[in-house]
Amino acid sequence: MKPRQKRAVYIVLAIAAVGLAVGLVLNALKDNVSLYFTPTQVFNKEAPQDRSFRIGGLVEEGSIRREKDGLTVHFMITDLHQKLPVVYKGILPDLFKEGKGVVAQGKMEADGLMHASEVLAKHDENYMPPEAADALKKAEAANAAAAAASAVAPAAK
Amino acid sequence: MAINWFKYSAPTTFYPLAGKLIPWFAISSLILFAVGLYIGFVVAPADAQQGEFYRIIFIHVPSSIISMFLYLIMAAYAALGLIFNTRLSSMMASAIAPTGALFAFISLWTGALWGKPMWGAWWVWDARLTSELILLFLYLGFIALHASIDDPRRADRAAALLAIVGSVNVPIIYFSVKWWNTLHQGSTIKYSGTSMHIAMQQAMFTMLAACWLYAIAIALTRVRSIILERERNSKWITELAEVKS
Repeated sequence: MKPRQKRAVYIVLAIAAVGLAVGLVLNALKDNVSLYFTPTQVFNKEAPQDRSFRIGGLVEEGSIRREKDGLTVHFMITDLHQKLPVVYKGILPDLFKEGKGVVAQGKMEADGLMHASEVLAKHDENYMPPEAADALKKAEAANAAAAAASAVAPAAK
Repeated sequence: MAINWFKYSAPTTFYPLAGKLIPWFAISSLILFAVGLYIGFVVAPADAQQGEFYRIIFIHVPSSIISMFLYLIMAAYAALGLIFNTRLSSMMASAIAPTGALFAFISLWTGALWGKPMWGAWWVWDARLTSELILLFLYLGFIALHASIDDPRRADRAAALLAIVGSVNVPIIYFSVKWWNTLHQGSTIKYSGTSMHIAMQQAMFTMLAACWLYAIAIALTRVRSIILERERNSKWITELAEVKS
Protein backbone atom coordinates (compact mmCIF):
# COMPACT_ATOMS: atom_id res chain seq x y z
CA MET A 1 0.00 0.00 0.00
CA LYS A 2 1.21 3.44 -0.88
CA PRO A 3 1.63 5.83 2.05
CA ARG A 4 -1.23 8.00 0.82
CA GLN A 5 -3.61 5.03 0.68
CA LYS A 6 -2.53 4.12 4.18
CA ARG A 7 -3.35 7.63 5.40
CA ALA A 8 -6.77 7.46 3.70
CA VAL A 9 -7.51 4.17 5.48
CA TYR A 10 -6.42 5.64 8.84
CA ILE A 11 -8.75 8.60 8.34
CA VAL A 12 -11.72 6.38 7.45
CA LEU A 13 -11.00 4.15 10.47
CA ALA A 14 -10.69 7.20 12.75
CA ILE A 15 -14.07 8.57 11.62
CA ALA A 16 -15.69 5.15 12.04
CA ALA A 17 -14.20 4.71 15.53
CA VAL A 18 -15.18 8.18 16.73
CA GLY A 19 -18.62 7.77 15.18
CA LEU A 20 -19.13 4.47 16.97
CA ALA A 21 -17.93 5.89 20.29
CA VAL A 22 -20.17 8.95 20.05
CA GLY A 23 -23.08 6.77 18.97
CA LEU A 24 -22.68 4.50 21.99
CA VAL A 25 -22.36 7.42 24.40
CA LEU A 26 -25.45 9.15 23.00
CA ASN A 27 -27.39 5.90 23.11
CA ALA A 28 -26.44 5.41 26.76
CA LEU A 29 -27.44 8.98 27.58
CA LYS A 30 -30.66 8.81 25.57
CA ASP A 31 -32.95 9.93 28.39
CA ASN A 32 -30.66 12.79 29.33
CA VAL A 33 -30.33 14.10 25.79
CA SER A 34 -34.08 14.38 25.31
CA LEU A 35 -35.38 17.74 26.42
CA TYR A 36 -38.62 16.53 27.99
CA PHE A 37 -40.67 13.56 29.15
CA THR A 38 -44.06 12.68 27.66
CA PRO A 39 -47.15 12.32 29.89
CA THR A 40 -47.08 8.54 29.28
CA GLN A 41 -43.52 8.37 30.61
CA VAL A 42 -44.62 10.33 33.70
CA PHE A 43 -47.45 7.86 34.34
CA ASN A 44 -45.04 4.95 33.91
CA LYS A 45 -42.88 6.63 36.58
CA GLU A 46 -39.96 7.08 34.21
CA ALA A 47 -39.76 10.77 35.06
CA PRO A 48 -38.02 11.95 38.26
CA GLN A 49 -40.41 11.90 41.23
CA ASP A 50 -39.18 14.55 43.64
CA ARG A 51 -37.28 17.01 41.54
CA SER A 52 -37.99 19.39 38.69
CA PHE A 53 -38.27 18.00 35.15
CA ARG A 54 -39.69 19.04 31.77
CA ILE A 55 -42.81 17.63 30.25
CA GLY A 56 -43.84 18.04 26.63
CA GLY A 57 -46.95 17.38 24.58
CA LEU A 58 -50.00 19.16 23.26
CA VAL A 59 -52.22 21.57 25.17
CA GLU A 60 -55.51 19.70 25.33
CA GLU A 61 -58.37 21.38 23.46
CA GLY A 62 -60.71 23.21 25.83
CA SER A 63 -58.53 22.65 28.88
CA ILE A 64 -57.14 26.18 29.36
CA ARG A 65 -58.70 27.88 32.40
CA ARG A 66 -57.53 31.20 33.84
CA GLU A 67 -57.89 32.19 37.47
CA LYS A 68 -59.32 35.56 38.46
CA ASP A 69 -55.88 37.16 38.97
CA GLY A 70 -55.41 36.88 35.18
CA LEU A 71 -51.95 35.38 35.54
CA THR A 72 -52.47 31.87 36.87
CA VAL A 73 -53.35 29.39 34.14
CA HIS A 74 -54.51 25.77 34.41
CA PHE A 75 -54.25 23.44 31.44
CA MET A 76 -53.74 19.79 30.53
CA ILE A 77 -50.73 18.47 28.63
CA THR A 78 -51.58 15.40 26.58
CA ASP A 79 -49.74 13.00 24.27
CA LEU A 80 -53.13 11.58 23.17
CA HIS A 81 -52.65 8.59 25.53
CA GLN A 82 -52.22 10.17 28.95
CA LYS A 83 -52.73 13.67 30.24
CA LEU A 84 -51.31 15.68 33.07
CA PRO A 85 -52.73 18.80 34.74
CA VAL A 86 -50.39 21.80 34.90
CA VAL A 87 -50.68 25.08 36.75
CA TYR A 88 -48.50 28.05 35.80
CA LYS A 89 -48.32 31.64 36.99
CA GLY A 90 -46.73 34.03 34.54
CA ILE A 91 -46.68 35.28 30.98
CA LEU A 92 -47.21 32.68 28.28
CA PRO A 93 -45.36 32.75 24.93
CA ASP A 94 -47.20 33.89 21.77
CA LEU A 95 -47.49 30.42 20.28
CA PHE A 96 -49.13 28.93 23.38
CA LYS A 97 -52.51 27.72 22.08
CA GLU A 98 -54.92 24.84 22.55
CA GLY A 99 -54.00 21.88 20.36
CA LYS A 100 -50.43 23.15 19.91
CA GLY A 101 -47.13 21.85 21.25
CA VAL A 102 -45.87 22.93 24.66
CA VAL A 103 -42.96 22.15 26.99
CA ALA A 104 -43.32 22.94 30.71
CA GLN A 105 -40.70 22.70 33.42
CA GLY A 106 -41.80 22.08 36.98
CA LYS A 107 -42.34 19.65 39.83
CA MET A 108 -45.19 17.28 40.63
CA GLU A 109 -46.70 18.38 43.93
CA ALA A 110 -48.81 16.45 46.43
CA ASP A 111 -52.01 17.97 44.97
CA GLY A 112 -51.40 15.96 41.76
CA LEU A 113 -50.73 19.09 39.73
CA MET A 114 -47.50 19.96 38.04
CA HIS A 115 -46.46 23.39 39.28
CA ALA A 116 -44.60 24.82 36.30
CA SER A 117 -41.90 27.43 36.68
CA GLU A 118 -41.45 27.84 32.93
CA VAL A 119 -43.72 27.21 29.95
CA LEU A 120 -42.32 27.14 26.40
CA ALA A 121 -44.27 26.83 23.17
CA LYS A 122 -43.13 24.21 20.66
CA HIS A 123 -43.66 25.20 17.06
CA ASP A 124 -44.52 22.70 14.31
CA GLU A 125 -42.72 22.48 10.97
CA ASN A 126 -45.61 23.78 8.83
CA TYR A 127 -45.59 27.25 7.34
CA MET A 128 -48.67 28.57 5.56
CA PRO A 129 -50.61 31.83 5.16
CA PRO A 130 -53.73 32.31 7.37
CA GLU A 131 -56.14 31.70 4.46
CA ALA A 132 -54.60 28.30 3.77
CA ALA A 133 -54.79 27.41 7.46
CA ASP A 134 -58.50 28.35 7.51
CA ALA A 135 -59.18 26.27 4.39
CA LEU A 136 -57.36 23.31 5.96
CA LYS A 137 -59.40 23.62 9.15
CA LYS A 138 -62.67 23.72 7.19
CA ALA A 139 -61.69 20.67 5.15
CA GLU A 140 -60.82 18.79 8.35
CA ALA A 141 -64.12 19.76 9.94
CA ALA A 142 -65.99 18.60 6.80
CA ASN A 143 -64.08 15.30 6.86
CA ALA A 144 -64.85 14.79 10.54
CA ALA A 145 -68.54 15.53 9.91
CA ALA A 146 -68.61 13.08 7.00
CA ALA A 147 -66.88 10.41 9.11
CA ALA A 148 -69.34 10.97 11.96
CA ALA A 149 -72.30 10.76 9.53
CA SER A 150 -71.07 7.48 8.02
CA ALA A 151 -70.45 6.06 11.50
CA VAL A 152 -73.98 6.96 12.57
CA ALA A 153 -75.69 5.83 9.35
CA PRO A 154 -75.34 2.03 9.82
CA ALA A 155 -76.62 2.31 13.39
CA ALA A 156 -79.69 4.20 12.19
CA LYS A 157 -80.69 1.41 9.81
CA MET B 1 -10.43 14.01 -22.48
CA ALA B 2 -8.89 13.56 -19.09
CA ILE B 3 -8.67 16.70 -17.02
CA ASN B 4 -5.52 16.99 -15.01
CA TRP B 5 -7.02 17.88 -11.62
CA PHE B 6 -3.61 18.17 -10.04
CA LYS B 7 -2.97 21.16 -12.28
CA TYR B 8 -5.58 23.13 -10.32
CA SER B 9 -4.32 21.88 -6.99
CA ALA B 10 -1.19 23.95 -7.52
CA PRO B 11 -1.44 27.41 -5.92
CA THR B 12 0.34 28.83 -9.00
CA THR B 13 -2.60 28.01 -11.28
CA PHE B 14 -5.37 28.29 -8.69
CA TYR B 15 -4.48 31.83 -7.61
CA PRO B 16 -5.32 33.49 -10.98
CA LEU B 17 -8.28 31.14 -11.56
CA ALA B 18 -9.83 32.12 -8.22
CA GLY B 19 -9.22 35.77 -9.05
CA LYS B 20 -11.24 35.39 -12.25
CA LEU B 21 -14.10 33.49 -10.57
CA ILE B 22 -14.64 35.75 -7.53
CA PRO B 23 -16.47 38.64 -9.31
CA TRP B 24 -18.98 36.22 -10.88
CA PHE B 25 -19.84 34.63 -7.54
CA ALA B 26 -19.95 38.00 -5.77
CA ILE B 27 -22.22 39.71 -8.32
CA SER B 28 -24.66 36.78 -8.66
CA SER B 29 -24.77 36.57 -4.86
CA LEU B 30 -25.73 40.26 -4.59
CA ILE B 31 -28.47 39.87 -7.22
CA LEU B 32 -29.92 36.78 -5.51
CA PHE B 33 -29.80 38.52 -2.10
CA ALA B 34 -31.85 41.39 -3.56
CA VAL B 35 -34.35 39.00 -5.19
CA GLY B 36 -34.57 36.76 -2.12
CA LEU B 37 -35.13 39.65 0.28
CA TYR B 38 -37.77 41.13 -2.04
CA ILE B 39 -39.71 37.86 -2.22
CA GLY B 40 -39.18 37.28 1.49
CA PHE B 41 -40.41 40.66 2.69
CA VAL B 42 -42.91 41.68 0.00
CA VAL B 43 -44.26 38.64 -1.87
CA ALA B 44 -44.35 35.93 0.81
CA PRO B 45 -47.47 36.04 3.01
CA ALA B 46 -47.50 36.13 6.80
CA ASP B 47 -47.63 32.78 8.60
CA ALA B 48 -50.90 31.54 10.08
CA GLN B 49 -49.42 31.00 13.55
CA GLN B 50 -46.31 33.12 13.80
CA GLY B 51 -47.40 36.18 11.82
CA GLU B 52 -44.41 38.19 10.65
CA PHE B 53 -41.95 36.56 13.05
CA TYR B 54 -41.44 33.53 10.82
CA ARG B 55 -39.52 35.68 8.31
CA ILE B 56 -36.37 34.98 10.32
CA ILE B 57 -36.22 31.63 8.48
CA PHE B 58 -35.04 33.41 5.33
CA ILE B 59 -31.69 33.97 7.02
CA HIS B 60 -31.82 31.36 9.82
CA VAL B 61 -32.39 28.27 7.66
CA PRO B 62 -29.84 29.07 4.92
CA SER B 63 -27.13 29.92 7.45
CA SER B 64 -27.80 26.72 9.43
CA ILE B 65 -27.66 24.56 6.30
CA ILE B 66 -24.50 26.25 5.07
CA SER B 67 -22.77 26.10 8.45
CA MET B 68 -23.23 22.31 8.42
CA PHE B 69 -22.26 21.77 4.76
CA LEU B 70 -19.23 24.05 5.01
CA TYR B 71 -17.98 21.98 7.91
CA LEU B 72 -18.13 18.81 5.82
CA ILE B 73 -16.40 20.56 2.92
CA MET B 74 -13.73 21.90 5.28
CA ALA B 75 -13.19 18.43 6.75
CA ALA B 76 -12.98 16.93 3.25
CA TYR B 77 -10.34 19.48 2.22
CA ALA B 78 -8.46 18.83 5.45
CA ALA B 79 -8.55 15.07 4.75
CA LEU B 80 -7.34 15.61 1.18
CA GLY B 81 -4.49 17.71 2.58
CA LEU B 82 -3.55 14.90 4.96
CA ILE B 83 -3.77 12.15 2.37
CA PHE B 84 -2.18 13.79 -0.69
CA ASN B 85 -0.05 16.36 1.10
CA THR B 86 -1.38 19.04 -1.23
CA ARG B 87 -0.75 22.54 0.05
CA LEU B 88 -3.84 24.05 -1.53
CA SER B 89 -6.29 21.65 0.18
CA SER B 90 -5.12 22.70 3.63
CA MET B 91 -5.26 26.35 2.59
CA MET B 92 -8.86 25.87 1.42
CA ALA B 93 -9.77 24.29 4.77
CA SER B 94 -8.31 27.31 6.59
CA ALA B 95 -10.10 29.67 4.20
CA ILE B 96 -13.51 28.07 4.82
CA ALA B 97 -13.33 27.96 8.64
CA PRO B 98 -14.10 31.66 9.41
CA THR B 99 -17.06 31.72 7.01
CA GLY B 100 -18.42 28.51 8.54
CA ALA B 101 -18.05 29.99 12.01
CA LEU B 102 -19.86 33.14 10.85
CA PHE B 103 -22.83 31.16 9.52
CA ALA B 104 -23.00 28.98 12.65
CA PHE B 105 -23.04 32.16 14.73
CA ILE B 106 -25.76 33.79 12.58
CA SER B 107 -27.81 30.61 12.87
CA LEU B 108 -27.59 30.59 16.68
CA TRP B 109 -28.12 34.35 17.00
CA THR B 110 -31.19 34.57 14.73
CA GLY B 111 -32.56 31.45 16.40
CA ALA B 112 -32.28 33.12 19.80
CA LEU B 113 -33.96 36.30 18.52
CA TRP B 114 -36.85 34.20 17.21
CA GLY B 115 -36.96 31.88 20.21
CA LYS B 116 -37.67 34.62 22.76
CA PRO B 117 -41.02 35.79 21.32
CA MET B 118 -42.09 32.38 19.90
CA TRP B 119 -40.94 29.77 22.41
CA GLY B 120 -40.61 32.10 25.38
CA ALA B 121 -36.86 31.51 25.86
CA TRP B 122 -33.67 32.82 24.26
CA TRP B 123 -31.91 29.53 24.71
CA VAL B 124 -32.84 25.96 25.62
CA TRP B 125 -30.36 23.13 26.07
CA ASP B 126 -32.06 20.82 23.62
CA ALA B 127 -30.13 18.51 21.29
CA ARG B 128 -30.47 20.63 18.14
CA LEU B 129 -29.32 23.88 19.74
CA THR B 130 -26.53 22.29 21.74
CA SER B 131 -25.06 20.38 18.79
CA GLU B 132 -25.12 23.54 16.65
CA LEU B 133 -23.29 25.37 19.45
CA ILE B 134 -20.71 22.56 19.44
CA LEU B 135 -20.34 23.11 15.69
CA LEU B 136 -19.49 26.78 16.32
CA PHE B 137 -16.93 25.72 18.94
CA LEU B 138 -15.42 23.20 16.49
CA TYR B 139 -14.94 25.97 13.93
CA LEU B 140 -13.41 28.27 16.54
CA GLY B 141 -11.25 25.40 17.82
CA PHE B 142 -10.01 24.70 14.29
CA ILE B 143 -9.07 28.37 13.81
CA ALA B 144 -7.44 28.63 17.24
CA LEU B 145 -5.49 25.37 16.92
CA HIS B 146 -4.21 26.39 13.50
CA ALA B 147 -3.15 29.79 14.80
CA SER B 148 -1.39 28.37 17.85
CA ILE B 149 1.19 26.35 15.85
CA ASP B 150 3.90 28.40 14.15
CA ASP B 151 4.90 25.97 11.39
CA PRO B 152 1.98 26.15 8.89
CA ARG B 153 2.43 22.57 7.63
CA ARG B 154 2.30 21.15 11.16
CA ALA B 155 -0.62 23.44 11.96
CA ASP B 156 -2.44 22.08 8.89
CA ARG B 157 -2.04 18.49 10.06
CA ALA B 158 -3.13 19.13 13.65
CA ALA B 159 -6.15 21.21 12.63
CA ALA B 160 -7.08 18.67 9.93
CA LEU B 161 -7.36 15.96 12.56
CA LEU B 162 -9.70 18.13 14.64
CA ALA B 163 -11.81 18.92 11.56
CA ILE B 164 -12.11 15.24 10.57
CA VAL B 165 -13.03 14.01 14.05
CA GLY B 166 -15.52 16.87 14.48
CA SER B 167 -17.40 15.94 11.31
CA VAL B 168 -19.19 13.26 13.39
CA ASN B 169 -21.17 16.16 14.88
CA VAL B 170 -22.84 17.18 11.60
CA PRO B 171 -25.20 14.18 11.23
CA ILE B 172 -26.01 14.57 14.93
CA ILE B 173 -27.20 18.14 14.29
CA TYR B 174 -29.27 17.05 11.33
CA PHE B 175 -30.95 14.05 12.96
CA SER B 176 -31.20 15.50 16.48
CA VAL B 177 -34.83 16.54 15.97
CA LYS B 178 -35.67 12.98 14.91
CA TRP B 179 -33.73 10.99 17.48
CA TRP B 180 -34.66 12.92 20.61
CA ASN B 181 -37.43 15.07 22.02
CA THR B 182 -36.37 18.61 21.24
CA LEU B 183 -38.00 22.01 21.50
CA HIS B 184 -36.75 22.79 18.00
CA GLN B 185 -39.31 21.74 15.40
CA GLY B 186 -38.69 18.91 12.94
CA SER B 187 -37.48 19.30 9.36
CA THR B 188 -39.73 21.24 7.01
CA ILE B 189 -37.81 20.19 3.90
CA LYS B 190 -38.22 16.44 3.51
CA TYR B 191 -37.97 13.90 0.73
CA SER B 192 -41.72 13.39 0.99
CA GLY B 193 -42.33 17.07 0.23
CA THR B 194 -41.96 20.45 1.86
CA SER B 195 -44.64 21.61 4.27
CA MET B 196 -44.33 25.27 3.38
CA HIS B 197 -46.18 27.78 1.23
CA ILE B 198 -44.66 28.14 -2.26
CA ALA B 199 -43.67 31.85 -2.05
CA MET B 200 -41.98 31.19 1.31
CA GLN B 201 -40.07 28.32 -0.29
CA GLN B 202 -38.96 30.49 -3.21
CA ALA B 203 -37.67 33.17 -0.85
CA MET B 204 -35.88 30.62 1.32
CA PHE B 205 -34.18 28.78 -1.53
CA THR B 206 -33.19 32.04 -3.24
CA MET B 207 -31.60 33.19 0.02
CA LEU B 208 -29.90 29.80 0.33
CA ALA B 209 -28.38 30.17 -3.14
CA ALA B 210 -27.32 33.75 -2.38
CA CYS B 211 -25.62 32.67 0.87
CA TRP B 212 -23.85 29.83 -0.95
CA LEU B 213 -22.48 32.17 -3.62
CA TYR B 214 -21.41 34.60 -0.90
CA ALA B 215 -19.65 31.79 0.98
CA ILE B 216 -17.80 30.66 -2.17
CA ALA B 217 -16.77 34.21 -3.13
CA ILE B 218 -15.48 34.94 0.37
CA ALA B 219 -13.66 31.60 0.72
CA LEU B 220 -11.91 32.13 -2.62
CA THR B 221 -10.93 35.69 -1.65
CA ARG B 222 -9.54 34.40 1.63
CA VAL B 223 -7.64 31.53 0.04
CA ARG B 224 -5.94 34.01 -2.32
CA SER B 225 -4.68 35.97 0.69
CA ILE B 226 -3.51 32.75 2.34
CA ILE B 227 -1.64 31.73 -0.83
CA LEU B 228 0.06 35.13 -0.99
CA GLU B 229 1.04 34.95 2.66
CA ARG B 230 2.36 31.40 2.66
CA GLU B 231 4.12 31.44 -0.70
CA ARG B 232 5.52 34.95 -0.31
CA ASN B 233 9.09 33.72 -0.79
CA SER B 234 8.43 31.83 -4.02
CA LYS B 235 9.45 33.30 -7.36
CA TRP B 236 6.03 33.39 -9.06
CA ILE B 237 4.59 35.55 -6.29
CA THR B 238 7.34 38.14 -6.55
CA GLU B 239 6.62 38.32 -10.28
CA LEU B 240 2.86 38.99 -9.84
CA ALA B 241 1.73 42.38 -11.14
CA GLU B 242 -0.12 43.28 -7.91
CA VAL B 243 2.91 42.38 -5.78
CA LYS B 244 5.47 44.23 -7.90
CA SER B 245 3.72 47.59 -7.82
